[in-house]
Order: sequence, then structure tokens, then C-alpha cells
Amino acid sequence: MTALGRTTPALVRAGGRRRTLAPYLFLTPAITLFVAFLALPIGYSLYLSLRTVKVSGLGLGKGDRTEVWAGLENYVRSLSDPEFAASVGRVALYGLLLVPTMIALALLFALMLDSRRTRARTVSRVSIFLPYAVPAVISSLLWGFLYLPGVSPFYYLFHALGWQVPTILSSRLVMFAVANIALWGGVGFNMIVIYTALKAIPSELYEAARIDGCTEVAVAWRIKVPIVLPSLIMTSVFSMIATLQVFAEPMTLRPLTNTISSTWTPLMKVYRDAFTRNDIYSAAATSVVIAAATFVLSFGFLRLVQNRAFSQEK
Amino acid sequence: MATTLPVPSPGAAPDLAPAGRREERPPLRPVRRERPSYTTTVILLLGAAYCLLPVVWVLVASSKSAGELFSTFTFAPSSHLIDNIRTLSAYRDGLYWRWMANTALYAGVGGLLSVIVSAAAGYGLAMYSFVGKKAIFNTLLAGVLVPGVVLAIPQYLLLAKVGLTNTYWSVLLPSIISPYGIYLARIYAAASVPTDVVEAARTDGARELTIFRAIATPMMMPGLVTVFLFQFVAIWNNFMLPYIMLGSDQLFPITVGLSGLLNQGASVPAMYTSVLTGALLSILPLIALFLTLQRYWQVDLAAGAVKS
Repeated sequence: MTALGRTTPALVRAGGRRRTLAPYLFLTPAITLFVAFLALPIGYSLYLSLRTVKVSGLGLGKGDRTEVWAGLENYVRSLSDPEFAASVGRVALYGLLLVPTMIALALLFALMLDSRRTRARTVSRVSIFLPYAVPAVISSLLWGFLYLPGVSPFYYLFHALGWQVPTILSSRLVMFAVANIALWGGVGFNMIVIYTALKAIPSELYEAARIDGCTEVAVAWRIKVPIVLPSLIMTSVFSMIATLQVFAEPMTLRPLTNTISSTWTPLMKVYRDAFTRNDIYSAAATSVVIAAATFVLSFGFLRLVQNRAFSQEK
Repeated sequence: MATTLPVPSPGAAPDLAPAGRREERPPLRPVRRERPSYTTTVILLLGAAYCLLPVVWVLVASSKSAGELFSTFTFAPSSHLIDNIRTLSAYRDGLYWRWMANTALYAGVGGLLSVIVSAAAGYGLAMYSFVGKKAIFNTLLAGVLVPGVVLAIPQYLLLAKVGLTNTYWSVLLPSIISPYGIYLARIYAAASVPTDVVEAARTDGARELTIFRAIATPMMMPGLVTVFLFQFVAIWNNFMLPYIMLGSDQLFPITVGLSGLLNQGASVPAMYTSVLTGALLSILPLIALFLTLQRYWQVDLAAGAVKS
């Protein structure tokens, strides 16, 4: 400890005043950045989503293009766009495929890691967690090549067995191709989160059940899974949020296949509207819709967090 | 753990080390060596194989020449790795290595600034009670739920107004604020900085900032390393933000750069070997970071605290 002054009544009083100001000073950088890079952009998006450009005359002169209020016109256009509906449908299906599979696998792996009878646990844990270190762009690139008939070991295997080979990057299966990339990248992280929760369970809780002759499976189902349920809910919600934002994987796969359109996911449509069509107003409306959907999906969860997380600060 | 957001307690979370805490505790009664389970071991090893497959494949593939890539067996290694690295390094006067340096800059500097901001905010929230605390925290926490990618376009338009797009700042500045980092820092501060230590320092006349810098920060350090790693990985992996913000390929991070190279490969297939070699070289630093820093992930929080 440094700079220990002598305690005088004056100092204590000054310290009291400093102390009332101190928390605000500690929070100033965070709040400033939060306002500049979160609150302001959100507000700006809302504003833009209600605006549009009015073209008068030929639209070529300097004063011919003016920005005016558009009411909810952008929202109507965005929500009624069949391309948007199709992209939402795709993401919903993608989420239904991906999230339950990923959480179920993560739970399975975590339970197996937690079982003392499993061997080679360190190797498995490190290997399964490893994809977390690989950016989505790189993993999409690697899997993209592994999907190509000329490169894929799966095609090689199927051929060797004399089976019919499905084309992974065909329009019917490309959804699975993208979901597999996200699964590969996410299962390890979720496994570690669940495994951490499992390790925090005092072993006395299930030692007795074991002695009474419960099988490992019964212990896992009846005791461990109910206890780590909050972790499962949490990993599911976070995976859902990530699902709504899927962008990097399909964008990277696009050069390798023609089955991924430029509006394959809602965010790809936002990107296309904003930067290819220069229609930032419609893009803003669509992104507000996506943000609102995210909020609706995770609102209940947020309440749960607040009540539970800070019981240790008394 | 009653928390609902993932809180990697540096004592356990992405704990890659062999021995978990529970195993270290002395057994209540002599434990008989249990029969190994082959089913669970084999299933886990299959999972491990699935996760290693693309990494092993890219290691093999980047040793192949452009001609061999699509002609020889996928997992048959060749001897052209050095040639491929040389070709990649020669591409437009070492542009690839500039991308690597840019990525290190964005992730390193951005992560560091982010930790400082998060630590201060988390400490402020955990150690004081003040007017508006709950409202401020709830607002910051709601930021966790805002899809970062939805922000990228308005951020671009706003930064364009002040002429900052297509600069290092346009990627660095939005990366500093991390609601999740603040959330974690608050939990770590509450768990690792004892109130009586802070009170004692105050009684001794230490200033609030000094207490934070000299006393609280070292205690929070293991947790702050975790916050740094999370933010570092998040920035390193980010694609959409730099993709939107940057026009000049001299400023690209590795993700945007390689994605562009892959696009070129569609017309020049010889480029594919460079893309794959680049992908391999780009994931090595992050894998090394994970493996070498794993002992940091398991430092016990209690180790930093003063025992009275």
C-alpha cells in the first residue's frame, strides 16, 4: 500500500466528498464510449428508419434530392419484402437446427468430461475448445474447402464405400453446411461454460446416490443436469442471439457456391441494402427490426440475470 | 455459480489444465480406482477428432502446391509449405504480414484499452453505492444484448460524418466499449477486492484513484486477464465491423484480408494455396496464446486477496 497520509478530520471529510464523486469518474470513460458507440448509433438508426429521400424533377440537380420524414413506410416495405421474410425463415430454421444440437452436444461432452471414468480428458477438452480460437471467417474458409468435391475427405470416403454422394453445397443442404461451421466453432465454448458449472457442484451431493447404486447416467440426469439448468438456459439464449446475427459464415462461403444469395440472412440483406443499393433508410428499418427481435428473445433472460448475479455484493 | 451470463471465474472457467479443483480435494474415503468407461472416452475422442479435423487438414493442405491441392488425396502431405509461405509473403510486397500486424494492433491495443475502461467501470459499480447506479448498470448490461453487427452500419455513417472511416480509429474506437467486459469486471471486483481493505486504505488517507490503481487492480488482475483474453479474441475474430469501416486493404485485419483473397481465388485458383497457407499462419498465434495462457485462466481469485 502506498502514500499513507495521517488521518485528520479534514481529510476524512474531503475523502467523503471525493467518494461521492469517485464512482462517476470511474464510470465516465465507459459511459462516454457507450453513448458514442452504442446509444448514439441506435438513436441514429431509429431516426434514419423514419426518413427517406424524396426525388423531385430528374433527381440530378443539387436540390432535387431532399431527405424527408417517411413515417413507417420503411418498416412496411422492409417487413413486407418477400426477401426479408425468406431470410427470416432461413435463420429460424437454421437456429432450430443449430441451437438444440449445439447445446445438447455441449452438455453431453461436459458430462463426459465430468465423469471420473472417462480417460484422455485433457486431450479431448483442449481439442474441443480449440475452434474457439479460430475466427468464423477462417473456419468457414476451411470448412468451405472441406465441402468441395475435389478436396473433401467425406466424398473420398463415400466413393470408397461406393455410396451415393450428396452435394453438400447444394441449395437443399447448404443450410446444414453453414450450421455445421457454427456448431464446430461454438460447441467447445458452450461445453466449457457447462463444464465449469458442473465442477462447482459439491461431489457430496451425488456421492450418496452413487453409493446407493445409482448409475452414472442416472446421476447425470437426475442430479447434475437440473443443477446446471441455468447454464443451459444461458448458453441457449446466447446462441440464439448469435444465430440472429449470422453473417461471416455465409459471406465467406459465397465465393465457393452459388446457392447463397446476397440476402441469405437478414443481416446480409441489411448489408446489401445499405452498401450495394445505397438505401440506408430501409437498411436502418430492417436492423431496428432485428434488434427488436433480439430484445424480445432475451428480455426475460436479462431479468433473471439481475436477480441472481450480484448476491455476493452485500 | 448462480450467475446467468457466462462468468469465467479465472479459477475454473476455460480451464484447460489437467487437474480440476475437485480432483485436488482429498477424498472423503479411500476411493477405489474406477473402471474406465470406454463409451464416454470414445465419444469424447470422436468429438475431439471432429474439432481437430479442419485444423489438421489445413496443416496438410498448406504443404501442397497449387496443382496438388485438388488432385492428391486430401490428407496426403507434400513438401511445398516453405514455397507457399514465400509466395504468400511476396504477395503485393508482404501485404499479408501487414494484415497480421494490423490484427495484432486492433486486438492488442483495443483489448488493452477495453480492459482499462471495463476495470474502472466494474470497480466503480461494485465498490460504491451512488445515485443512478442501478439505472447505469442496467443500461450498460442491456448493451450485451444489442447485436454488435446491427450497430456497425450507423457507426459507419456517424464516423463518416467526422471523417474517421477507413482509418485505424474506425475499428479501434468501437471495439473499446464492452458491456460484457464491464459485467465481468464488476463480478471480479466484488469477488476479489475486500471492502475492509479499501476502508483501511481510506482511513490511511489514500486517494480513491490510488486505491483503485495500486490496491484493487492487482487483486483483480487474474480476472482482468480473462476480460482481456475475451475482448482480444472478440476483436481478432470480428469481421463485419472492419469489413464495413475499411476501404484500403493496407488497413485490413486478417479476417477481411483473407476473405478478399478467397474472392480472388474464385477467378485465379492458384491463389487458393496462398489463402490456405494464410489461414494456417493466422490461427497459429491464437492457438499458441490459448495454450500458453491457460495457467492464467486457473489462477485462483482468492490468491490476490488479503487474508485478515
